[in-house]
Amino acid sequence: MQISVKINGKQESGEVESRTLLVEFIRYQLGLTGTHVGCDTSQCGACTIHMNGKSVKACTLLAAQADGQDIQTIEGVAPADGPLHPMQEAFRDNHGLQCGFCTPGMIMSALAMVDRHKGEELDEQTIREELEGNLCRCTGYHGIVKAIAAGAKAMQGGA
Amino acid sequence: MYAFEYKKAASLDDAKQAFDSADDGTYMAGGMTLIPTLKQRLASPSDVIDLGSIADLGGITVDGDTVTIGAMTCHADVAASAEVKKAIPALAHLASLIGDPQVRNRGTIGGSIANNDPAADYPGALVGLGATVHTTTKTVSADEFFTGMFETALDEGELVTKVSFPIPESAAYQKFPNPASRYAVVGAFVAKTKDGIRVAITGAGPTVFRVPEMELALTASFTPEAIADNTVPADNLNGDLHATAEYRAHLIGVMAKRAVADCA
Repeated sequence: MQISVKINGKQESGEVESRTLLVEFIRYQLGLTGTHVGCDTSQCGACTIHMNGKSVKACTLLAAQADGQDIQTIEGVAPADGPLHPMQEAFRDNHGLQCGFCTPGMIMSALAMVDRHKGEELDEQTIREELEGNLCRCTGYHGIVKAIAAGAKAMQGGA
Repeated sequence: MYAFEYKKAASLDDAKQAFDSADDGTYMAGGMTLIPTLKQRLASPSDVIDLGSIADLGGITVDGDTVTIGAMTCHADVAASAEVKKAIPALAHLASLIGDPQVRNRGTIGGSIANNDPAADYPGALVGLGATVHTTTKTVSADEFFTGMFETALDEGELVTKVSFPIPESAAYQKFPNPASRYAVVGAFVAKTKDGIRVAITGAGPTVFRVPEMELALTASFTPEAIADNTVPADNLNGDLHATAEYRAHLIGVMAKRAVADCA
């Protein structure tokens, strides 16, 4: 079947099978390999993207379900040749990553978190609770939690 | 995944028609259980009928003493709803404990109760509050809806359309989550309703169940101490790698007492 999505502001379309996963479509057909596949069982969150502004796991959606929807992946958060997004910058500044495999999913979850808590300060406990759907096997999370708190502040202009 | 035919239903009629014309069709709500099941090749439907585009299945309304939630309303929307938080805070709290944020953005109340996983949270709220399930063909009380492990009163091709919850005087949900999946090892939903005290336990048995002895004891005295001596036998409870039946039996008492303390 033919599907068409708006991805990172650009209209794209492609031919998929009914059973093609959204993450497969994004990585293998659109070539956007920033969205990772970690566990492929909807636990690790490395495949987290935004669909219509909400964070979802692209390994647990069919590509067909995304037909006509608005998608953002890690490639869409900052221009390819421009400065990093404040949240990406915060991950770099706060040792929010080590091997980097979980990072795209972490950033997409962090951005969704900031959006859900607009106008509130993201405290450590909230960040930890809301990271429930993202696993990191390197950092022990401390750096990630610090990075998200700092990134959220920077996004609100209070860095 | 085995191959299947994907169909997007535009309306309830459309969904039923697609179901009836399929060899072995299955409906998909949020897909948070179905897609992992398909990926493991534990199911091989001929057709997957996506309910995601049916407009009139979503939404939350509060009308007098009832909160009504459309079947395709996702957990995140219930958890964040100012109306639900005000009318039945325990229900919003329960929704906020399901899975993780990404799963809550997709998983739906209708999908959860139609699947009736023994460790799901929503069955606890439905039975604990004495809710009513509305389907494409009937209206059924929560007590009669959940009939067994992954079994409900839904007939072939029938769909949940909405769930209505009577607003209780007070209610609370306490669960012992599996530390990895956040599924309920045991969850206790306690409510003081117009029609009496209700205690519903999810996660512990093949399906959600009430504990009449606790309800009776709490009617006499609504305190955690009142149910300190009530025990549920481990005989018919679930035992698996996460917890033995005996451990679950113990947790029922602990979680129920905590829920009563939260209500009072």
